[in-house]
Amino acid sequence: MTQPVTVQRPKPIATSDTKGYWDSINRREFKIPKCNACGKWFYYPRIYCPYCLSEDWQLQTASGKGTVYSFSIVRHGFGPIWRNFVPYVPALVDLAEGARMTVNIVGCAPEEVKVDMAVQVDFLEVADGNLIPVFKPA
Amino acid sequence: MGFRKKICIVGVGETKVGKLPGRDSITIGAEAAKLALEDAGLKNTDIDAVYVKGLMDEPEFMYSVHFFEYMGMRPKLTSVMDLGGASPLGMLAHAAAAIDAGLADVAICVEGENDATFQPRQQGVGMTRVNEEALGIYGCVAAPISYAMVARRHMHKYGTTGEQMAAVAVAMRKHAVLNENAQMHTPITVEDVMNSRWIAEPLHLLDCCLVSDGGGAFIVTTEEIARNCRKKPVYVLGISGQQTHSSLSQLADINAVGAFDAAPRVWEMSGLGPKDMDLAQIYDCFTITVMEQLEAYGFCGRGESGPYVEGGRIELGGELPVNTHGGLLSQAHIDGMLHVTEAVRQLRGECGARQVPNAKLELVTGNGGILSTHMGAVFAV
Repeated sequence: MTQPVTVQRPKPIATSDTKGYWDSINRREFKIPKCNACGKWFYYPRIYCPYCLSEDWQLQTASGKGTVYSFSIVRHGFGPIWRNFVPYVPALVDLAEGARMTVNIVGCAPEEVKVDMAVQVDFLEVADGNLIPVFKPA
Repeated sequence: MGFRKKICIVGVGETKVGKLPGRDSITIGAEAAKLALEDAGLKNTDIDAVYVKGLMDEPEFMYSVHFFEYMGMRPKLTSVMDLGGASPLGMLAHAAAAIDAGLADVAICVEGENDATFQPRQQGVGMTRVNEEALGIYGCVAAPISYAMVARRHMHKYGTTGEQMAAVAVAMRKHAVLNENAQMHTPITVEDVMNSRWIAEPLHLLDCCLVSDGGGAFIVTTEEIARNCRKKPVYVLGISGQQTHSSLSQLADINAVGAFDAAPRVWEMSGLGPKDMDLAQIYDCFTITVMEQLEAYGFCGRGESGPYVEGGRIELGGELPVNTHGGLLSQAHIDGMLHVTEAVRQLRGECGARQVPNAKLELVTGNGGILSTHMGAVFAV
């Protein structure tokens, strides 16, 4: 008897500068880098603050609130994995704290997503039990 | 800012475009380079600077070194340039500056790749850097998706419509129909574009560029050396660029693309403005890309490109013919190299059925990544 094949979404690859971020996400903690030297929140995590190049930054718990800056509804299957998830919504979300992330909008029909829509963070399980942050209508 | 010498392009080469099965990137690039040398009346041994666009489909260490050896060249300077579709003008800027400083005299700039027959069709153009912004884990895995976000925001802010974006595709196709060396030869209407299937909303299939095999090359030198070449030189009056980001999320205003910063420098250096241009070759990976650059270079006001491209304004016979070769949308995707070669051939009067009468002054642009890299230049005869 053949087993049905479930296509899994790719999991994040943690690197030296992103491991802390992904570990927090896996504990369902939405933490974003905040620079202690210049006070700005930034995304994506990297060795130095991209504004002032300080090493003195920390992952801080963010509100999880954001607004949709822009988005697209993907209807073409780009490759053997993603064709299984069409239609899906990649979006640029502005966090209340000021950083911007590329994420997916979930929890509503793709047609309901609008620019300037208020959204709230949620967690989605992908391959091997890893979690990634996604956003749903607030 | 400005060259002390008169820098010009003296030779161009273009391979056949589309599908070139059995060829690979280096043989395609070599053919383009040889055609450019023949066009200029120069020999491989006349070249003392070699620039090559970095390959997208296969990693190759020190590719320009492999390439110049393959061509029997022995240059003072060589480099791989990798700005995506801004690479050709990036190569031109660096070649021109080197020649102006006397570090070299005759540079060749080459692009050649078999993106169509090498790359499986499902993949599209990969823009995935999993360990940076984790785009790959959100399915943001191909260029159309991110450009769609730029288009969505443009529509939201300025009321731009899908029909207006489609007018760009219609114009490019009209021009490709007149170009024997183009992949698409069937005219299309705005309705055809709007009825073509969604790729990533709000971009339809016909809002998106082709995938192609093919290559091109051009040769840059001084006016003095140009006197020994076969054809009249095409002068580079001004050139500049603005590079802004890698992942689109890192660009604060996704409709304020780098072209808005580069354009004033291009005009200042050339001493000209948008009203002086007889035509333009504008990088057109997606219909929205052309629209952003038309605004950036002042052909219309910010946010006004929708109405501007309606009514045939950017078609041959219109106020500003754009992409007379059919562009990336309808000729082929050769990373903007054929925008440069077409620009030269228009100013020489070599374009036959698609020739713009009395073409003397022309804007050429390049763009790469997700509106990440930008170069612009003014050519003149």
